[in-house]
Amino acid sequence: MKSLEELMAIKAKMQDKVAVRHVEGSVRIVVGMATCGIAAGARPVLNAFVEGVTAAGLAESVSVTQTGCIGICQYEPVVEVYESGKEKVTYVKMTAEKAKEVVEKHIKGGTPVAEYTIGTANV
Amino acid sequence: MIRSHVLICGGTGCTSSGSAALREKLAEELKVKGLDEEVKIVQTGCFGLCALGPIMIVYPEGTFYSMVTPDDIPEIVEEHLLKGRIVDRLVYTDDASKTAAAESDVAAPASLNDTAFYKKQNRVALRNCGVINPESIDEYIAMDGYFALAKVLREMTPEQVIDTINASGLRGRGGGGFPTGRKWQFARASVSDKKYVVCNADEGDPGAFMDRSVLEGDPHALIEAMAIAAYAIGADEGWVYVRAEYPIAVKRLQIAIAQAREYGLLGKDIFGTGFNFDLNIRLGAGAFVCGEETALLTSIEGNRGEPRTRPPFPAVKGLWGQPTIVNNVETYANIAQIILKGADWFASMGTETSKGTKVFALGGKITNTGLVEIPMGTTLREVVEEIGGGVPNGKKFKAAQTGGPSGGCIPASLIDTPIDYDNLIKIGSMMGSGGLIVMDEDSCMVDIAKFFLEFTVDESCGKCAPCRIGTVRLLEILNKITDGNGELEDLDKLEELANYIKSASLCGLGQTAPNPVISTLRYFRDEYVSHIVDKKCPAGVCKKLLSYTIEEDKCKGCTLCARQCPAGAIIGKVKEVHVIDQAKCVKCGACIEKCKFGAIIKK
Repeated sequence: MKSLEELMAIKAKMQDKVAVRHVEGSVRIVVGMATCGIAAGARPVLNAFVEGVTAAGLAESVSVTQTGCIGICQYEPVVEVYESGKEKVTYVKMTAEKAKEVVEKHIKGGTPVAEYTIGTANV
Repeated sequence: MIRSHVLICGGTGCTSSGSAALREKLAEELKVKGLDEEVKIVQTGCFGLCALGPIMIVYPEGTFYSMVTPDDIPEIVEEHLLKGRIVDRLVYTDDASKTAAAESDVAAPASLNDTAFYKKQNRVALRNCGVINPESIDEYIAMDGYFALAKVLREMTPEQVIDTINASGLRGRGGGGFPTGRKWQFARASVSDKKYVVCNADEGDPGAFMDRSVLEGDPHALIEAMAIAAYAIGADEGWVYVRAEYPIAVKRLQIAIAQAREYGLLGKDIFGTGFNFDLNIRLGAGAFVCGEETALLTSIEGNRGEPRTRPPFPAVKGLWGQPTIVNNVETYANIAQIILKGADWFASMGTETSKGTKVFALGGKITNTGLVEIPMGTTLREVVEEIGGGVPNGKKFKAAQTGGPSGGCIPASLIDTPIDYDNLIKIGSMMGSGGLIVMDEDSCMVDIAKFFLEFTVDESCGKCAPCRIGTVRLLEILNKITDGNGELEDLDKLEELANYIKSASLCGLGQTAPNPVISTLRYFRDEYVSHIVDKKCPAGVCKKLLSYTIEEDKCKGCTLCARQCPAGAIIGKVKEVHVIDQAKCVKCGACIEKCKFGAIIKK
């Protein structure tokens, strides 16, 4: 180790890899991963969120977790986004493509993607 | 793409309760379910809740599973990792976490941080234990590892480092409580072209294992701190003296040293500053006296571990006659944090004279046995009742023993004492290395004093007479008392002899060995008197003072006890009242356990 820069490079490389262990994220993305969710294709959605959040460098503050059946199986894959101090947003019939869009517009941009939410989605 | 980390404790406690088999089974099961690309298994150091091991934490949820067996793994993988349904029956919960879950607006997972055991803790020395993989230097660096060393070498003079440690108020965590900065200052002031930094990892107090936890869970923290200390005093070589009984700790430390060398964080010209430092390990053979610093240095030199007189102190004349500092593992574990966060941050925790946090090993009659790190000044009541979960089986708290064989007892009347160095000494105990053994109404205080004294008699190195002979004589008097042959004047003899041993012994071992006797005499004199005058042990522990008798009206003559008795001491025919022959009875208590009618009583 000859310089601080080398040390910082290792830290930067590793940070995303241990970020998953910080529970105190301010935003939580919860993907329904019960039998119904998995059957409807929740796995690629979950992975798309994990990848999208990491790629956006938000792994420190946003956690992506799974949950069981929410009870609206016909709308699966269902994804809910919790932000402290805000109403939760429920997305339905998600796909990996839609997930990328939600990361971009909602998680990064701060505006929920209304057309995929349970109130307005064409389901 | 990794979306979840499963942390499995690889500390000694959980390893002995089977965490290695758990890890294998999990790896296998993840492969079967095709999740091995998504879920990462991380072996960590001790989480602290050893009584409930093996312990497993699943992130990102932070779900805390306890007492997991390999048979539970398929369910955890299928339900939690695949479908996201937490396996409730394995989740560790207590009242505090239930309240937190009820108050939360979202369906909160049962998180570790909500439990009473963790809530009141403040982890500084143990901050990475149970969080990172101790065999990965990269994970340590991700948690700001080696940044303190970089800061010290690049931006600070040795004097500034010592000033910072002085200002933080850090005191030695190994027992004595000597200000760490002052120790470094003395070694810095000693002029010599060769100096040494030494780590005392010869953790010998019965029940204390915080040093082992740091070595097993965060070995790089020790390496970094020793390098900082070396820079501060002007040394280029370090020695870690660790017990051979800690094989996992030794292995992880060896791995860590090899990784640090590979990264150039040990060796020549570290960070291009011209600073050289390297580390050696010396295994101790498990003699308690080698935890005393001069005996430890003698042992590193290859000689029989015996203390020598101080002064000269090691800071002036230590290892191989050169200026040396000896610090304990837990002391070192605080150093990097003080450098990074500042002396003021550290000094803001704790009490007037004891700054920062202290790790305690909770043991004895307490619900949550394990390791806890609390700010100095936390009361004994908070530690025992809240963090420790209280005394189990509805028994009453009687006393806590701190400081191991060198310490003393704190009686229930002083349970609201804030724990720090000076308060403990004031009430006749000491911080020691942080063992905290809880005793309930079933513990006999004379027996406790005897237990610790037997330990010091065994461990006395024999070099000086007060310790070698004095402790044996003390033990003989105690045995006389518990055998029922004690006289009241024995109590005065105990006190007189204890004080002689204290003032005349060569090293800390002998100087503190009488403490368990002195403090139990101070707070539980009435128990000694019961043993001597009434020939009774109030707690029912001392065998020679017990008698087992059969109550005539309750005995049905079932013969069960007579058949159980190993000494043939119970006489009686079927359907007739049985009698115990006191001359033959060995007081093993086997009859009480067998009797279905509660007819046998112990007095």
